[in-house]
Amino acid sequence: MKTLPAVDVVIAGGGWTGLLMAKELGSRTGLTVAVLERGRHRESADYPGTMDELDYAVRLHMMQDLSLETVTVRHDSTQRAFPMRQYGSFLPGSGVGGAGEHWNGISSRFLPDCFELLSRTVEKYGAQRLPADHAIQDWGVTYDQMEPYYTRAERMLGISGKAGNIGGKKIAGGNIFEGWRSSEYPTPPTRIPYFSTLFNNAAKELGYHPYPTPAANLSEPYTNPDGISRSACFYCGFCERFGCMVGAKAQPTNTLLPLIQERKNISIRSGASVRRVIHGDGGSGKRARGVTYIDEQGEEVFQPADLVFLASWTLNNTRLLLLSGIGEPYDPQSGTGTVGRNLTHQVAIGAATAFFEKPLNRFMGSGAAGVCVSDFDGDLFDHSGLPFLRGGTLLGMSMGYRPIANFGIVPQRVKAGWGSEWKKAALESYDRTGFIGFSGEHLAYKGNYMDLDPTYKDRFGDPLLRFTIDWRDNERKMAEFVTPKAVELARAMGAKDVNSFPGLKNYDANRYQFTHIQGGTIMGSSPERSVVNPYLQHWRVPNLFVLGASAFPQNPSAHPTLTILALTYRTADAIVDRYLKNPSALA
Amino acid sequence: MRRREFLTLSTASLGGVLLYSLDRKPFRLFAQTAQSIRIPLRFFTQPEALIVAAAASRIFPSDETGPGAQEAGVAIYIDRQLAGPWGRDRYRYTREPFEENAPAEFGYQGRATPRQVYREALKDLKGFDQLSSVEQDNKLRQIEGTPFFSLLRRNTVEGMFCDPIHGGNADMVGWQLIGYPGPRMSNYADVDKHFGEAFRPKPVSLREMPGGDKFRPGEDEE
Repeated sequence: MKTLPAVDVVIAGGGWTGLLMAKELGSRTGLTVAVLERGRHRESADYPGTMDELDYAVRLHMMQDLSLETVTVRHDSTQRAFPMRQYGSFLPGSGVGGAGEHWNGISSRFLPDCFELLSRTVEKYGAQRLPADHAIQDWGVTYDQMEPYYTRAERMLGISGKAGNIGGKKIAGGNIFEGWRSSEYPTPPTRIPYFSTLFNNAAKELGYHPYPTPAANLSEPYTNPDGISRSACFYCGFCERFGCMVGAKAQPTNTLLPLIQERKNISIRSGASVRRVIHGDGGSGKRARGVTYIDEQGEEVFQPADLVFLASWTLNNTRLLLLSGIGEPYDPQSGTGTVGRNLTHQVAIGAATAFFEKPLNRFMGSGAAGVCVSDFDGDLFDHSGLPFLRGGTLLGMSMGYRPIANFGIVPQRVKAGWGSEWKKAALESYDRTGFIGFSGEHLAYKGNYMDLDPTYKDRFGDPLLRFTIDWRDNERKMAEFVTPKAVELARAMGAKDVNSFPGLKNYDANRYQFTHIQGGTIMGSSPERSVVNPYLQHWRVPNLFVLGASAFPQNPSAHPTLTILALTYRTADAIVDRYLKNPSALA
Repeated sequence: MRRREFLTLSTASLGGVLLYSLDRKPFRLFAQTAQSIRIPLRFFTQPEALIVAAAASRIFPSDETGPGAQEAGVAIYIDRQLAGPWGRDRYRYTREPFEENAPAEFGYQGRATPRQVYREALKDLKGFDQLSSVEQDNKLRQIEGTPFFSLLRRNTVEGMFCDPIHGGNADMVGWQLIGYPGPRMSNYADVDKHFGEAFRPKPVSLREMPGGDKFRPGEDEE
């Protein structure tokens, strides 16, 4: 194995968190930073010509190559797990920019009580209301501590939206349920297409409080505090699963990469697959000494570094700790160990499919153009008489719909699935169909976790990561509760036919339900129950930091990217302001 | 090297149609020539291609609601996909052990590649293209629950609505049928207008975009 000259900082993963940390440390200090990205190099100039539904949205050219590595999935620890042989319930990215290149851009903050979920829920309903095998925890950070970092993340991305709570003052038209914010959004809301306008009007009619979806897809040209200028969105409808052709959607390659490329002290190595964090006992306890990786030529190399960051998404962050033997793997039987615990996804359902008389022109849109209703989010409604805790947001989005994925969705009364009768119904429905989605909280449970699979291996012969995950009654009852609300909204919008969500059964690894996978290296206030401290610093290895949604103790209903970026900023500040002066435990 | 195989199609059924349905009322225009074109096949034999073309036409028929799989060239699309990396499972996790009977919620767990699924199933459909349409429908109903049928149905929809760069959706016939404009760069001026009315810009394909002659479809990659 070749040993490279040491760098100050090595970062495994070149997506949102890895590149943000590289940019923060590399521009605020003189440290040398090496980012190791296992996918290929990418720039925003690569995207014209990729507006191809087949190659990008169906064959998924931007995602990780599953032939090299995947995860295995099972529902409980008595079963054998099956590999995810082709993509199903989520779509992790690969290449410079990671999944941040092909996201939709929906960018809400988490509700304040999400960060103190355990203590707030017990305080209000008592411990006996918690599900028997729950594993929910507080984050070790509060919304008030997060607020300045949320603001910074929103300004970096240029989020288009309408505030509903500035300094505690509720503002009609914004999300009046959101936590206080120190200022208005950087840019006004995006344009609202027809379907979302119908949704907005119906929601008002039913007494809800709809608001424009906060979007990382710019409503107008914007220059961020780093001096990065991006143009306004053209509403071409090619966001999710695509890189933005015009740079209107904030992506690591258009928002961070240009700054990184200006810095001589930061390098990005693509085609570099990190396999282990090398660690050992130093004078003052455990230290990471660097990482080993397979480079583009297939050679194994050791990159020594003083500071090591894992920024390689939930799956690989967890897997690298397990493969490197850092920390104790979680054991669901004894409840000991921490690495791999609290695996969550999200209650992501198409609650109602609405069929209208009039055409919707739904090819026009943008990944985050639309309207949200959060009246049933978090604990904003009383759960005393309800068979579940928490909730989520209803979404009437106009993301821009493409034909391969959407042709053939017909009202339930149409029984044919092919042939003339089906074709006729599908043609009639094609541009007259809209979806009311729901994004709800997935609580953490003792039996939902990640470990190493005993059977299946990756291309290097290392064990794959194994998911043990299933829904519990809390998620099923939540879906049952919200589905009729969505159907009522669809009817109020004027739908003549409505298909309602059939209900959550077992976790379906084959149905796409947002790429929001959390847990495995969770943050918290005690090393017995969490892997990293509230600054995402490893409890036992103080020069190792683990960034991203792997730190979330459980899934809040809102989409994770904005919070991931806010937490990364907070860690960067703690490192620059405190750790570099005194390299030791930050908490 | 395999013998060159061709699919012979009349221009009346492929490439001879060009229509725009601004108000969602598609119509067909038949070419007045009796010429035929020979399209070189990349994966199928000619008998296989004829079976696939016939079956795709029963799934997405050409009828009074407008053109279907035949006019869009769905069989040509499927042939190219199977010949390319997707057909040989270039991107699928294909390590052992396989569990063919895994529950559906874990996705397809079988060993067979799309190429193998098609080739095996087509053996049992010999002469399918010679049957009457009623007989063809009956035959398809018998195999409706098989992985092959669900693959064929999925591929037929793909071939109807993919960018023409992939060999299907010839003349953007599928897009015209549903009023989809293809990769249209900007809807900035229209996205919050035309409420309740069909807005149907003329479709464009990737080839017509700036630099379009350089775009390479995924099936042509190694």
